[in-house]
Amino acid sequence: MKLSGLRIYAIVYLVFLYAPIILLPLFAFNDGTIIAFPLQGFTTRWFTDLAATEALIEATGNSLFIAVTVAILATCLGLFAARAGARYTFPAKSGILGFIMLPLVLPEIIVAVSLLVVMLQAGLSTGLWSIIAGHVLICTPFAVAILQGSFANMDRSLEEAAIDLGETPISTFRLVTLPLVTPGIIASLLICFTISLDEFIIAFFLSGNEPTLPVYLWGQLRFPARLPIVMALGTILVALSVILLILAEYVRKRGLKRAGLKDTGGFV
Amino acid sequence: MNAQTKAGQAPIIRLQDVHKYYGDYHALRGISAEIGQGEFFSLLGPSGCGKTTLLRAIAGFEDISSGAILLSGQNMEGVPPNKRPTNMVFQSYAIFPHLSVAENVGFGLRKSGLDRAAKARAVGEALEMVGLSGFRSRAAHALSGGQRQRVALARALILKPKVLLLDEPLSALDKKMREIMQVELIKLQREVGITFILVTHDQEEALVMSDRIAVMFEGEIAQLDEPERLYRRPNSKRVAEFIGVMNFLEASAQQTGEKITLEVAGLGKAEITPEQCPAGAVSGACSVGLRPETLSILFEGEQSKARLAEGVVDEVVYYGDMTYYDIRLDGASAPVRISMRNVISRPVLEVGARAQVTWDPRAMVLFN
Amino acid sequence: MREAGWLGKLFRTDAAKGLTLVSPPMLYALVMLAAPLFTIFLFSFWTQDFLTIDRTFTLNNYREALTDPLYGELMTRSLRISLAVTVLTVVTAFPIAYFVSFHVDPSRKSLWLFLITIPFWTSYLIRVFLWRVILAYDGPVNGSLIALGVIDEPLSWILYNANAVVITLAHAYAPFAILPIFVSLEKIDRSLLEAARDLGENKIMTFLRITLPLAIPGVLAAILIVFIPTIGDYVTPRLVGGSGGTMIANMIQTQFMRLNNAPMGATLAVLAMVMVASVSFVLILVTRRWTRGPK
Repeated sequence: MKLSGLRIYAIVYLVFLYAPIILLPLFAFNDGTIIAFPLQGFTTRWFTDLAATEALIEATGNSLFIAVTVAILATCLGLFAARAGARYTFPAKSGILGFIMLPLVLPEIIVAVSLLVVMLQAGLSTGLWSIIAGHVLICTPFAVAILQGSFANMDRSLEEAAIDLGETPISTFRLVTLPLVTPGIIASLLICFTISLDEFIIAFFLSGNEPTLPVYLWGQLRFPARLPIVMALGTILVALSVILLILAEYVRKRGLKRAGLKDTGGFV
Repeated sequence: MNAQTKAGQAPIIRLQDVHKYYGDYHALRGISAEIGQGEFFSLLGPSGCGKTTLLRAIAGFEDISSGAILLSGQNMEGVPPNKRPTNMVFQSYAIFPHLSVAENVGFGLRKSGLDRAAKARAVGEALEMVGLSGFRSRAAHALSGGQRQRVALARALILKPKVLLLDEPLSALDKKMREIMQVELIKLQREVGITFILVTHDQEEALVMSDRIAVMFEGEIAQLDEPERLYRRPNSKRVAEFIGVMNFLEASAQQTGEKITLEVAGLGKAEITPEQCPAGAVSGACSVGLRPETLSILFEGEQSKARLAEGVVDEVVYYGDMTYYDIRLDGASAPVRISMRNVISRPVLEVGARAQVTWDPRAMVLFN
Repeated sequence: MREAGWLGKLFRTDAAKGLTLVSPPMLYALVMLAAPLFTIFLFSFWTQDFLTIDRTFTLNNYREALTDPLYGELMTRSLRISLAVTVLTVVTAFPIAYFVSFHVDPSRKSLWLFLITIPFWTSYLIRVFLWRVILAYDGPVNGSLIALGVIDEPLSWILYNANAVVITLAHAYAPFAILPIFVSLEKIDRSLLEAARDLGENKIMTFLRITLPLAIPGVLAAILIVFIPTIGDYVTPRLVGGSGGTMIANMIQTQFMRLNNAPMGATLAVLAMVMVASVSFVLILVTRRWTRGPK
């Protein structure tokens, strides 16, 4: 491993990327109420405090409910769009698909604000389901992108072969398409779950009386005394996201191996 | 246009004036043909000629715009692929990567009503037929190209279709494997006895394996014949050039009754019969076709009673078992290619040397 | 042709099946995105009095937004910050994308990409907050700089202003910039570079004449992927921007939540979208010369 200038740069860059995150466990286990150096000993009391905070537990429950629902709905919508895109041609195809992917390039505040306005106008109350609606909107493009990759990797004639051998379109989907697309589905579920869990702005605008975890966090940031607990919470959240991601990557790699395909580098 | 179907039985496939449009593009322009029971039939043509479209239309994956496709006398209009008595071997083989070899081969038996033991037996027999007996539990992605093709064959044949459709099945294999599989496919077809329809752009392949070949250009059947007739009596220059190599010499023709007299550049006068004019009656300026192996070089010391012509050696290409000479005949504009077997005592001529060429008017084919 | 068959055939066509299949997500996007965006557009022409919306058409909001220096200042500051972030992020992203593409063994590339993207998947809110901790008066940056003897007093200009916003956003959007550049670099046929060397070019010139131009589509994508969302960012300016680092999204939120002036918020949102769209358009036109060709 030669230490070229580029490699040194890469390592420094990675340090820069991870620097803030390393602080989390550092201060989560720190026995001090101020988030500053020097460190003052080890403690787990912030984590136990976490477990005792009721508002936090409620917010966590909200977030989990939303994230699971969003993951399922967005993946379903993504399946429809990805399959339509991969297998059929129809008028205005690129326009329609482009529109479905549009939330990717819109600043989230625009999405949040427009949804809020529509809710108010329609007389609907904000709350969990409005957040779900907003999250599904921004997660579907990710689901589409992941699943489009899955479909593209699948030889088209596999489905024709199944039909030729006597299966109906539905049983073909069940016996041939679904098994081969399953890794993509799992990856999509995991990623949409993660995005929804961490999303702040839309939740902030639309949560009303049922805050999600990030919204709750936001509320705690103005209280210096609460900061160590925030650190503990943050540590857990980061650890969870990382585990989910490693899982998603593992599933993806296994799926590729099963289909005998080459690794082209991840969700890129 | 159509040669007689094999064995005089009722044809198993009847194509009646089949047309197919993709938007404005006229992909199939009035295809009519009859394919017999148990025949090894090939669709041969360059890329884009419509042969794969036609195959897929027979399989049911493409709808046709007009005309009819009849299988065993039944019109296949509106019949989806999974209900037709055909099975297809896809160009990519389409082996299900998440299933084992045995699961792949037995895939179509799911709805057959057979119990597990019967299915296992059928799979075993199918694998034996294609020479893959030990491969039952092999994973699909661990197979070589040739093995995949056999799995695809077994998978299709296990369902005992009336017609097996093969879409360029050998194009993904290397030369050696291709030659082996060509022979195996012929044997397999004879053993199973069902109709095979093969799509290929490789004319050698078609000549080796088929009972009859339909040569297609631009959505139409140019000639439908047995391989031998296709090679010896092509009905147009285009077909002649597509199958093997053909030399063309300028000539002028005069027909009196059953006799046709030719004046051929580089060769001289010749008399041919109407049988040698598959494109129909010709008079005036025309082209004469001669296959390379119907011309021969008379080496020094050899004698021949055949007609002789003279020329200069333009090019010599050594090929291992054959040597190809391009000879510029006196009085002809383009050189003719002659193939000579490399016999031990025979010398190799040099470029620029003069040569004597023997020829036979009975080998000529006349074109417009 | 049988008549019933004709209709059946129509419904069996590729286009009909495709449209049916894509209709759930398409309708969802229409209802949840197109309709709300349209509503926002409408709102910008109305006025609000406490909690009641007055629907008479008026251009007053636009007049105010475009003439009042407060909003103009905010827009330009947002634009400046966003452009600074874009430049910083893309310029620092390119070397690492190049490193992973050209200097990393193919079997490890996905590992590197994975490592690079993990931080992105953690809570954005938390990451921004952590930067506030890092850059604080008594935080680790100042602490270590003082300990190393580089400075005597803690720096005050690294937090609660536009600089902090730029640093934080550059960190947050780094992976967004790295990935498209990486994809673009991966697509470059390596034999092109070998051909250039064979024809006599040295490494640096090969990079400038072959690699860089072919990577432009990826760089352009990176620029857009960073620029567009950062202009509308809310959390970072709010947490680390202080009063001199607020951006347009903060004002939009203020209008909606605190000032009860949804129409004004809508107007600002529309103007922000227009600004983003026009800058993107200009960017695409300018780099068109290098992005034509096989994608």
